Amino acid sequence: MSNQNTRRNVGIVILAIIIVAAVVGGYSYYMNTGGSTGTTQSMGTTESMGTTQSMSTTESMVLTTANPATSGEAVSILGAGATFPAPLLQKWTVEYKALYPWVTINYNPIGSGGGIQQITQKTVDFGASDAPLSDVQLQNATGLTLMPETLGGVAITYDLQPYGIANTTAINFTGDVLAQIYMGQITQWNDPAIQALNPNLKLPKAAITAVHRSDGSGTTYAFTDYLSAVNPDWKKFVGRSTSVTWPVDKLATGIGAKGNAGVAGTVANTPGSIGYVDVIYASGKSLGIGAVKNAAGNFVVPNLQTIANAAASATGTPDPKDLRLHIVNAAGDQSYPIATYTYILLYKEMSNQPSMTKSKAEALAKFLWWAVHDGQKYAPDLVYAPLPQNIVSADEQLLKSLTYQGQALITG
Amino acid sequence: MLRHASSRRAGKKARRPDLFWALLSVAAVVILIITAINLYALANGSIDSLRYFGLGFLVGTDWVPNPPEGPPLLGALPAIYGSLVTTSIALLLAVPISLGVALFQAELSPGRLRTPSIFLIELLAAVPSVVYGLWGLFWLVPFMRDYVNTQLKTWLGFLPLFSGPTNGLGMLTAGVILAIMIIPYGSSVMREVIAVVPRSQREGSLALGATRWEMIRTSVIPYARTGIIAAIVLALGRAIGETMAVTMVIGNVARISPSLFLPAETIPSVIANEFTEVSGNDLYLSALFELGLILFAIAFLMNLAGRLMITRLRFAGGSDKVA
Repeated sequence: MSNQNTRRNVGIVILAIIIVAAVVGGYSYYMNTGGSTGTTQSMGTTESMGTTQSMSTTESMVLTTANPATSGEAVSILGAGATFPAPLLQKWTVEYKALYPWVTINYNPIGSGGGIQQITQKTVDFGASDAPLSDVQLQNATGLTLMPETLGGVAITYDLQPYGIANTTAINFTGDVLAQIYMGQITQWNDPAIQALNPNLKLPKAAITAVHRSDGSGTTYAFTDYLSAVNPDWKKFVGRSTSVTWPVDKLATGIGAKGNAGVAGTVANTPGSIGYVDVIYASGKSLGIGAVKNAAGNFVVPNLQTIANAAASATGTPDPKDLRLHIVNAAGDQSYPIATYTYILLYKEMSNQPSMTKSKAEALAKFLWWAVHDGQKYAPDLVYAPLPQNIVSADEQLLKSLTYQGQALITG
Repeated sequence: MLRHASSRRAGKKARRPDLFWALLSVAAVVILIITAINLYALANGSIDSLRYFGLGFLVGTDWVPNPPEGPPLLGALPAIYGSLVTTSIALLLAVPISLGVALFQAELSPGRLRTPSIFLIELLAAVPSVVYGLWGLFWLVPFMRDYVNTQLKTWLGFLPLFSGPTNGLGMLTAGVILAIMIIPYGSSVMREVIAVVPRSQREGSLALGATRWEMIRTSVIPYARTGIIAAIVLALGRAIGETMAVTMVIGNVARISPSLFLPAETIPSVIANEFTEVSGNDLYLSALFELGLILFAIAFLMNLAGRLMITRLRFAGGSDKVA
């Protein structure tokens, strides 16, 4: 009898869960469809005009010259690629939808390699990659161009709290020391090479566990790009890539973890470990953040300002035909040395893509124009540095050179 | 006469291909087609790698997909080793526990405890593997490092299996988390096959003066053993293909270590980690496909071994009514 009762109770609980799930699901579906149509109705031409007026003169000129806005034809744009800029891209899609409700942009953060693959096969409208494409990769996709859309830094993190060094204490590193740690040449925290950089700290006699990404990643690209720039051995034997073969792994003192969050979690859980993550994942609470010696000889911690300094140190407008840029080990007193641009991948002649229409191509070009101008103001909140002026100008030239069946998509 | 006619009609009806028959046939054929397509895609994708590396891929221990110069150098042995070791640890831990849980639920458990305990065990099967991975990384890894591994090292450190530095991430932790994940699969199937052991078997045994333990050992388990092996094969399939949770706790290092404390990698973890970044490097992608093919082959061989064992047990006088 009691058995039957329990069984009935369990049944009721399951039924209740199903009903709740169905109600919640139905409600959110209703809100999605109902919500979006509501916005479309309330956002007429008047409001979009209002927005246009509030923008700077160049942009409003461009937007009014070739604006599909008046027609409000619904377009849906699909992008895929790097996870590193995903929070910013997703913020942009939401903000842009609020301004232009008929433009829906979906961004799928599947990884840089996936993004490159999908744009090469033309299954998405745009891709995104943290690492600049190699010449081979560009040969595989004729007409593909790279547009830097934001930049970020790679933080060096560690966990020495069990050894009495608080996470708020910034340990000093040089690129050479980091390369030697990841090559297994420096294996103890109190190695003279590290101790010499930190005269005020008593570093523990503890083994260093070197944590790295197990999945391919733009973060790894930026980190190994930097190590290659400062250590000739690293350049010769390991090189720079989205995934490399880590010498520490052979010595069983390396650990691979999946994703930035995986590296951050592993470092926080492994006393005596060191790792590298995108700046946004490095918080001073659970992880220590190291200062890295820059080209000018100063020890600099990563933050918005020092990353922006690195970008600003490269002056002059780069060639918009090839915007593959390197800003590791940048000049400047307060430049953080491990910084990298992240890129949108586009076809110059968009009609090459089978799923592209003229209105879609125009909407995509305008979205990117907005992203490198107004969109940049959302970057600092998410710990991305806004693009410096010279890159914005280069992006402008690149966007103006985009065409659909030979016709420029952005004029003016 | 009448009866004869009607029975013939019924016979005809059973043989005629009706809608129900068609639906079932489609379902059966679809499975075959999906398996064939899967196998074809894996084989087709592996061609480059098979040609370039040949059999050396199976015994190669280096994994250098992006060397500073020259072609990639890839070998699957570390991944195969990691897969086999973690799966073995998982089975060693999970099989006795699953059997214990199943016997408890089928034989010993008081009625009011039975349903909730079944419900809870089956709930374990519904937890997504990424959740196991998170729990593993933030709770199990420090626990293994601070308690289990240090104890093992103290008492059994003379064995190469339990030597070397330990930071919690490694094959042993991956095996433990796999064991937890496959226990519900093993115990569910085992419980069902134990439950169908006829009452007469048990009563006969008890009537001869057997204790409860002797009854289970001499009557229930031999009767259900083919089903128990089927349960183990099912659990094994789940363990060897598990990706996310293992990736989060195994340390992901292409290295063959005798010590279970050290990081390693498994075939699924390599594929999951690396497939997103292989563009522009066809040989690398092809090698990942070949890893998939190897996993397919291992799973197939293990299933085959399980089947053979079941058939042999049947001929050796076990029951053929179960399983």
